[in-house]
Amino acid sequence: MQRYRRYGEMLIETAIRAVAFLSITVIALIFLFIGREALGVFSAAESSIHAESSDIAAEVYNPEESSESTPAPTAAEQTPQETAPSSLWANLLGSTWQPVSRQPKYGILPLVVGTLKIALIAVALAAPLAILAALYTAFFAPKWMQELIKPVVELLAGFPSVVIGFFCLMVVASAVQEALGTTYRLNALVGGIGVAIAILPVIFTISEDTFAALPRRLWEAGLALGARPWEVAFRIMLPAAIPGVFAAVLLGLGRAVGETMIVLMASGNAPLLSWSVLAPARTLSATIGAEMGEVVWGSLHYHVLFLLGFLLFVATLTLNAAAELWVRRRLLQRFRGMSS
Amino acid sequence: MRFRSIPVVLTAAILGIAALPQQTITIKGSDTMVILCQRWTEVYPGRDRVRFQVTGGGSGTGIAALINGTTDICASSRPMRPAELEQMRQRYGRPPVEIRVALDGLAVYVNRANPVSKLTMQQIRDIFTGKITNWKQVGGPDARIILYSRENNSGTYEFFKEHVLGGADFAPNTQHMPGTAALVNAVAKDRWGIGYGGAAYAREVKEIAVAEAPGKPYYLPTLENVISRRYPISRFLYFYLRERPSGELKSFVDWVLSDDGQRVVSEVGYFPLRAIGEKKQPASAAPRK
Repeated sequence: MQRYRRYGEMLIETAIRAVAFLSITVIALIFLFIGREALGVFSAAESSIHAESSDIAAEVYNPEESSESTPAPTAAEQTPQETAPSSLWANLLGSTWQPVSRQPKYGILPLVVGTLKIALIAVALAAPLAILAALYTAFFAPKWMQELIKPVVELLAGFPSVVIGFFCLMVVASAVQEALGTTYRLNALVGGIGVAIAILPVIFTISEDTFAALPRRLWEAGLALGARPWEVAFRIMLPAAIPGVFAAVLLGLGRAVGETMIVLMASGNAPLLSWSVLAPARTLSATIGAEMGEVVWGSLHYHVLFLLGFLLFVATLTLNAAAELWVRRRLLQRFRGMSS
Repeated sequence: MRFRSIPVVLTAAILGIAALPQQTITIKGSDTMVILCQRWTEVYPGRDRVRFQVTGGGSGTGIAALINGTTDICASSRPMRPAELEQMRQRYGRPPVEIRVALDGLAVYVNRANPVSKLTMQQIRDIFTGKITNWKQVGGPDARIILYSRENNSGTYEFFKEHVLGGADFAPNTQHMPGTAALVNAVAKDRWGIGYGGAAYAREVKEIAVAEAPGKPYYLPTLENVISRRYPISRFLYFYLRERPSGELKSFVDWVLSDDGQRVVSEVGYFPLRAIGEKKQPASAAPRK
């Protein structure tokens, strides 16, 4: 009986372990897949060139309709084209993103700049609000208010990003243009506001948890020394929780970098190499979201999109890992230091 | 006891199979054409003999499905690219069959408050490639032109780029919108905006009258002007098949090209391939202005 139970237990343990490792395996496989498709950039570069020069035509079923033929390309005189850089690296590191073109230009720099710009705007807007709200909820709000604010803000995290995007496109964009008199109605700021709405609950929840986990005696000691409640909150509790709050901001940044739908709808999607907050911006994720559905499978454009995905994956993975490993550990150390 | 229900289930299954139409035709592709295809399959007189499955996803998605053999008909708002024709030939040993099923007029929209109401093709080209950046250069007030375009995954984008811009790239500060509805909405809210899209989508924006060249007359994208090709920006909508249609597929395709099928085209807001007899046509003109 004893023996049987032990085997049963072992079996269950193994099963649970397998499940735990499965998720790691899945992530590793995704990473490998994206990496492999991204590496295709280098082998697709040559093969895509001859495909475009082939001269086969489709068989036409109803030629009588075609006799009036499509209006011929009216551009008699060619607009001089910016020529694409000859080498692949120069092309990838260029400043123009024009993938569907006679001379496709895959400069990823404007997309990286657009991504960083919007993510930083979003964090700059969301972090102070979320941290202040978390401070209030953790230390000042009465019990019933705490129980109201936390779930409601967390509900915001479950808000579909399409809805936020649509709201920004329709309402926020007009409001921003009226308030600031911007040339572009859809711009990085509008997109950033939308993403800020999406990451606010992330930063809020984790910061609030950190504050709530702080030893109560810090608060009491502060009051006992004659500090006012707000002084205790800002000068003692906030500094004590800084690693956790930093982790929250990093996680928020990770989410902001990967956010797709909101920026696709609200940021104007022009691939400009500009740090201006009021110019439109195109992000890595929005580019993948918009272009992946229609790209010719296996073409250079297809592989470049995977390269963008690879960059995005590495960026969010690094941010999340940094938040998770490094900062959390420091926070724990600090607490242990306090209790000893 | 528990086997008692089996005869019932069996009978139901046999009846079910007998009641099913013998053949399923799948149509996949252009989002522009989804509504049109759905309407065709709803009205098609032979619809009790075949079952239809209509899905969108975009022209490229439909073409990929045709190449992979997962759809019978690919609906596309752009002609197939050489690379795709090549894939088709490698896979099936022959190029696909192309059927032009309707015409689509592309309108250029501006905000209703914008006094500019007509442009030449050259002006439109210069505006979208960034050579003209101020409305006063085309007879309007002194205000910066805000460009809106579709995303580069859309057949509309490619058509506009090839046939209006002559293959030139859009100006870098062009804003790309994820759909025609979003684009129309943006232009409706942006006083100095300009964009383009299917003529059927123009709501709360102003359509621009277009002239082929300076000195030639300006035409609005109306039914008459598009069919007669006086309006210069129009394109075909296509069906692509793997081989020449036969059986049910052929009768569907032939019906689509018939007067009845073409009448559906104008009901949905696109343009038929040819002027249809005026007799039974009161409904067809309704969606157009």
